[in-house]
Amino acid sequence: MAKADLIVRRAKMDGKDVDVFVSRGKIVEVKKSVRSLDPGDAIVEEAFGLTLMASMTDVHVHLREPGYEYKEDVESGLRAAAWGGFSNIMCMANTKPVNDCDSVTELMLEKARKYWPKGPRLFPIGALTKGLSGKELAPMAELARAGCAAFSNDGVPVKSSKIFRLAVEYASDWDRVVIDHCEDPYLGVAAGVNEGEVSSRLGLPAQPDIAEALQVGRDILLAEYLDLPIHLAHISCKKSVDLIRFAKQRGVKITAETTPHYLTMTEDILEAEGTQYDTNAKVNPPLRTEADRLCMIEALNDGTIDCLATDHAPHALHEKETEFDVAPCGITGLDTALSVTWQLVRDGVLTREAFTRAWTTAPTAIFKLPVNTFKPGDPADFFLFDEDEQWTVSATTLYSKGKNTPLLGSTLKGRVKTHFIAGKKIV
Amino acid sequence: MKWLHKDLLDVSQLSRSEVMAIFETAGRFQELQERPVKKVPTLKGRSVILFFAEPSTRTKTSFDVAGKRLSADTFSLSKSSSSLTKGESLKDTALTLQAMAPDAIVIRHWCSGAARFLADRLDCSVINAGDGRHAHPTQALLDSFTLHQEWGDLAGKTVLILGDIAHSRVARSNVILLNKLGAKVRLCGPRTLLPPAVRTWPVEVYSDLNEAVRNVDAVMCLRLQLERQKDGLLPDLREYARTYGLGQKHVDLANQDVKIMHPGPMNRGVEISSDLADAAGSLVLDQVSSGVVIRMALLFLYMTRKGEE
Repeated sequence: MAKADLIVRRAKMDGKDVDVFVSRGKIVEVKKSVRSLDPGDAIVEEAFGLTLMASMTDVHVHLREPGYEYKEDVESGLRAAAWGGFSNIMCMANTKPVNDCDSVTELMLEKARKYWPKGPRLFPIGALTKGLSGKELAPMAELARAGCAAFSNDGVPVKSSKIFRLAVEYASDWDRVVIDHCEDPYLGVAAGVNEGEVSSRLGLPAQPDIAEALQVGRDILLAEYLDLPIHLAHISCKKSVDLIRFAKQRGVKITAETTPHYLTMTEDILEAEGTQYDTNAKVNPPLRTEADRLCMIEALNDGTIDCLATDHAPHALHEKETEFDVAPCGITGLDTALSVTWQLVRDGVLTREAFTRAWTTAPTAIFKLPVNTFKPGDPADFFLFDEDEQWTVSATTLYSKGKNTPLLGSTLKGRVKTHFIAGKKIV
Repeated sequence: MKWLHKDLLDVSQLSRSEVMAIFETAGRFQELQERPVKKVPTLKGRSVILFFAEPSTRTKTSFDVAGKRLSADTFSLSKSSSSLTKGESLKDTALTLQAMAPDAIVIRHWCSGAARFLADRLDCSVINAGDGRHAHPTQALLDSFTLHQEWGDLAGKTVLILGDIAHSRVARSNVILLNKLGAKVRLCGPRTLLPPAVRTWPVEVYSDLNEAVRNVDAVMCLRLQLERQKDGLLPDLREYARTYGLGQKHVDLANQDVKIMHPGPMNRGVEISSDLADAAGSLVLDQVSSGVVIRMALLFLYMTRKGEE
């Protein structure tokens, strides 16, 4: 057994006190804590009974750099990720310029190395089409060589099924998965509110759930026809879940993610006293109904939805402090994701197994990223978590530059206290 | 009645007794309309900003006349004359206006929720003169006041709202207020112009005008935005006029002495036949008159709410 150079003492794992032994950035062993221990030359980190968790992976983040650094930049985004419990994050291509050439990918990675050399690890997602135009394929080979882990037109769905098909096929040559933003481009694009009772009373132009489900259906048929994987981003409604469940039963290579806000919030927030027309709750796809919310939780528990992602979409205050129609869609999420979803586990709504799969093993399997399952040889990516610490979501407690969340003013439970990536303490 | 509300965002905020208080106040101001000198010093020294970010003739003039008859100083601001055209945000425009210390701002804006956005940020009263497709409380109040003047109690009466319900703030506010006052409400229009969840509203929904109009006591026609055809929501205006335009044959199916209403401006020959607009049962001009006194009542109640009369 390799000699440990880091020992984390007396961490809580599955109700037991454990010691974690790490050597050269890898897990050596996790075993029941003993009263006294000779650490030798190893660095000892005393956990004082904090909860030990494997670092999480977020496959859907908007870091905004280059081009929109006032909303977020690589440095601030990775800071939010580090404090949020994430060791791997994948950032979308809708920057300015779009990440559709290797120089943009390299710039992102260089910034990450400069500001966060020890992690969290950044995996850029290249554009599926040049300039996200939906017309010409992006140079995916070049982007893959530069370090792009996947491809997506997120934010600007590809209208042409022909172009989308070609993109899926071409991406497969480079062993990359395509992530689709599922939205029929003609049915209430980016309205930010669900079409239904609430939108009809509030008089807001709205997007029906079938705008998402229609595109999910298209992608399922394509994935089956091509026998190639397609990952479905930010699934929000029951109709999509029904289609995905059907596809998985047929063995179609479809995977899907949902976000913490679809598990915990509904369209009703837009009509509630005090949060009526709250632009911080304007998100695309929109917050749906209570039936949809419950369905998303069930789908996550039974594995129909493979993983969680934040769809972290930071915006500046002045952009959200405006009329609802004018405000951009998006909710900042890296800081709050862990507290929000762990609360679901604590409440017995989400199983512990689903939580672990959704934030760690499933996303890393889909995109072939490093994962820690605490087996010997795994990357030593883990954090110590104070499950009981209460914190209020505010401009000062969020590490992201984006403060745009409907949770502002809410009290959440649980915060990351220390985070190790590849055995190095990053916060 | 001591008025407790700071803002008027929609009729849903008002209790039935508060609506009656508005009607009673408006009724008192009606007498003023008949005097040779139509002005009282009630709001002398108070200022009202009329902030109309969307074009309006009728509502803006109505508020202007109402304010001036109460001796308030009224100041008009339109989108073209405001910094909104230079890219200034609504928040900054609002704060600029607030710095001028008005007692009330009357706002019309093309975005649903815009009136609430201002109300949450301003100390003065905000009166919603129409926000997007959401609400038009003063129109609903003047419509019900007009019917109240005709009928007294609205309870048990049936009112049909006809036309483009989906995009209509007038319809939304009227549905709420008419229900609050005990009237039954019917809606009629093509499916493409009905809100998606209209079945959950407290109304009866029709697509056949001949059925919808049967035994109603009043028909409120809505203005059809002619660009709806360009949006693909209608095949053409001729078909719309033939299918959903209110004509004499429809009136014949309604109750005797049915009242015809329209918030204006009318597309004669499209949503209503020209003859009907000018017929004896038409309350279109009564609505305009009611609009002034209702808005006088509202300015009075909201601007003297702290007992500073």
